[in-house]
Order: sequence, then C-alpha cells, then structure tokens
Amino acid sequence: MASEEVKLIGFWASPYRFRVEWALILKGVEYEYIEEDIFNKSPRLLELNPVYKKIPIFIHNGKVVLESLVILEYIDEIWKNNPLLPQDPYERAMIRFWAKFADDKLVLSAYFAMCSLEDEKVKAEKITIAMEALERIEGELKGKSFFGGESIGYLDLALGWISYWLPVFDEVGSMKIIDPIKFPAIVSWMNRFANHKVIKNKLPPRDKMVIYFQERSKIISATLAKNK
Amino acid sequence: MGEEVKLIGARGSPFNCRVEIALKLKGVEYEFIEEDLANKSPLLLKYNPVHKKIPVLLHNGKPIAESLVILEYVDQTWEGASILPQHPYERAMARFWAKFIDDKCMSALWNACWSKGKEQEKAIEEANELLKLLENELKDKKFFGGDNIGLVDIVADFIAYWVGAIQEVTGAEVLTKEKFPKLFEWAREFINCSIVKEKLPPRDHLTGFFRIKLEAPDTLKYNPQVR
Repeated sequence: MASEEVKLIGFWASPYRFRVEWALILKGVEYEYIEEDIFNKSPRLLELNPVYKKIPIFIHNGKVVLESLVILEYIDEIWKNNPLLPQDPYERAMIRFWAKFADDKLVLSAYFAMCSLEDEKVKAEKITIAMEALERIEGELKGKSFFGGESIGYLDLALGWISYWLPVFDEVGSMKIIDPIKFPAIVSWMNRFANHKVIKNKLPPRDKMVIYFQERSKIISATLAKNK
Repeated sequence: MGEEVKLIGARGSPFNCRVEIALKLKGVEYEFIEEDLANKSPLLLKYNPVHKKIPVLLHNGKPIAESLVILEYVDQTWEGASILPQHPYERAMARFWAKFIDDKCMSALWNACWSKGKEQEKAIEEANELLKLLENELKDKKFFGGDNIGLVDIVADFIAYWVGAIQEVTGAEVLTKEKFPKLFEWAREFINCSIVKEKLPPRDHLTGFFRIKLEAPDTLKYNPQVR
C-alpha cells in the first residue's frame, strides 16, 4: 500500500533495532528508517517512548509499537507473507520462551563480561553464565538450518545478534564465549544467518562497532568501579 | 476429551494465580500440583530445567514455562473468553504493558512495600512513577482489557491483591485510594470478579506468610522462585 506509513526509529549499533529491520525486509515492507542519537535523546524519542525512552520505536499509520519482540509479533500479524512465527501454539510458546531466555540471560551477561575491564572475577562469572545460556540454545538448534526450520523465523531474528554482535563482544572483551568446539551447531548457524542475502546487506560496519563497544566498555567499566 | 492438563504451581504465587485465572476463564479442567519451593521436586526440575520455577503448564505431557508465555498459549489453544485483544495493535499494547509490569513493576513495588527509611522513600518514588503510568493507561476503562478482564489485568494480579496484603503487614502506603483512585478502583473490581475471586489465595494466608517474612528480613530481596 503506497499510502501506508511505516517508520522505524533506531540506533546504528543496536541489535534490537536490526531485529525489526530484518523482519521488515524479509517481508518486503517499505519503511523509512530514522536514526536516533541515544546519547542525546530527542524530544521525539521522549514523546514516543516515555516509559523506557529507548529505541527501537515502530510507527505504523500513526500507531506506535514498542519493545523489539512485541514489534516482531505485530509485524507478523499485519504482514502475513513470509510468516516469522509458527502456527502451532506449542511451537510459538517455545520460541517465545527461548527469545526471553536469551534476552534475560545471554545478552546482559555477555555484554557485562565485555565491560568488566577491572574485575576479573566478575568477568569470569559472567562468561560462565553466558556460556551456560549458549549451551541451552545450542541444544535448541537440534540439527536445523535455522531456529525457524528451513528459513529464518522469529527466534533467528531474536538471536541474530549472536551471529554478529557477540563475536565483537568477544573481541573487545578479549574473551571466547563463542567456543566452536562447545557450540558447533551455533557456529554453523551463525555463518548461515550472517550470510543470508537479507541479513548480510543489513548489518552495521564491523570496524565502527569494535570502536564503539571499546568506548562503551571503558565508560561502563569505570562507572561500575565507581559504584562499588 | 482425553486431554491432560496439569499445572505445577504454588498457590501463594501471583505468577501461578495468573495461569489459574486464565484456565478458569477458558473453562479448562486441570490437575493442580502444589510445589514446595523450598524443596523442589524432580517433576519441576524435569519440566523446567532451565529456570526451575513455577508455574509450569503441562498439556498432554508437553511443558510450558514462564507465565506470560503460558497465558498466550492458553489463549491460543482453548476457545472461550479472549485473554488477548483481537486487533494486532491492541495486542501489541497488551503485550507491552504486560512486559512492563513484569520487568519494572513487580520488583519496584516489592521493594517499595518492604524497604525502610530513606531507601523506602526512594523506592516509593519509583513505584509512584510506574503506578502513574498504569493509572494513565487505565483511563476510564473498568479493566485494562475494557469491559472484561484481559491479559494486562491478569498479569497485574500482584498489584491488585498482593500489594494490599503486604501493605497491611508492613504499613507501607504504595497503592492507596488517595494516590491512585482509578487503579484502586480497578483493583477492587478485579478481585471481585467471580473468576478471579475463586482463584486468589485466601487473604489471611497471604498476610500470615508476609508476617513471617517480616521477621526474616534476609529473605526479603526480590528473588522470586516463580515466574
């Protein structure tokens, strides 16, 4: 529909924004992307997301949808081609469970492990939590090409950051959360996902990412040390 | 029908209560298995190895954990009253607020009810901001779901019932009629719904439990053995 308004407000380095963008591209939806400087939040951001003041923010014909996983389900319900979620209620429950699990356990532990520049003990603890979480996810892949089966689905998009951001975290944090011996299925999925024709053309520049996360980890590490 | 529905839960838990309300709304018959959270059963560890928490729904032997995930499953699987709205945008809104309650409100309200002194002042300020957002979201509706209870109402069961019980025990004033008249009224309507009333744990059980907690302050950190 040419007269449809579809906008995505995001941040260039945020994996949560890319989840949404990948979904839109996979469904062939035309949209306008608007970059937000999350370190200098605009009045527009504060108006559209007063609760969290975060991106991504999705706008469809004037209606504002927030929270990347909620946005994914919304997109799937509005644009029915190339379905991202399975039909079966139990399978839907499983993918929602695992997406939440990864967001609650893996993202933060990996990120803060990277940021633990001062405290080796905390870093080691976080790495352990991250690897335990990754082990569970490895088990979930169960020999499939994608979590969605033969094609990319909701859970691939939710976990997609693992294929591209997590290696950057590993590099910046001098860690090795992604152990190819422990997680062969995930490593294989990572290559498949990151090289998918839609995904590979919609990723942030790696060199910029490394610099960005190096800066972030210095700042966060200093803040954590101060708050001790 | 040959259908087997079991719920592993704990009757004092708001997360458990959410699922029981949902099953009741849909008219689903189920077997309830009370879990002793201080002494977790092999059954729980088998069916929720990842989190080892209740509630866990077992439908024909297949386990589903995480109360929000269970609520969506129940809504999709059984006919009857809708838990989520029909329209995609309203569904997105319901999911957003349900997540907001779980991610932000639960721990903030718990802390506001239990902390003391300066820490409590700060915690109540934070709780006030969150409750104000909910009060605004309610607007002039009877329930968050409109004329009937829906996902957000069910997920907010802790706010409607448990907070009042804790306030009675600690004397905290977190959710009061003066501060949040609409929310206060909503809470009253919610707990008086026949379906909800039947599934709420008895008030004196809750206050009794919370009085014991008052005597054991080191168990007060928000660390739910339930999801």
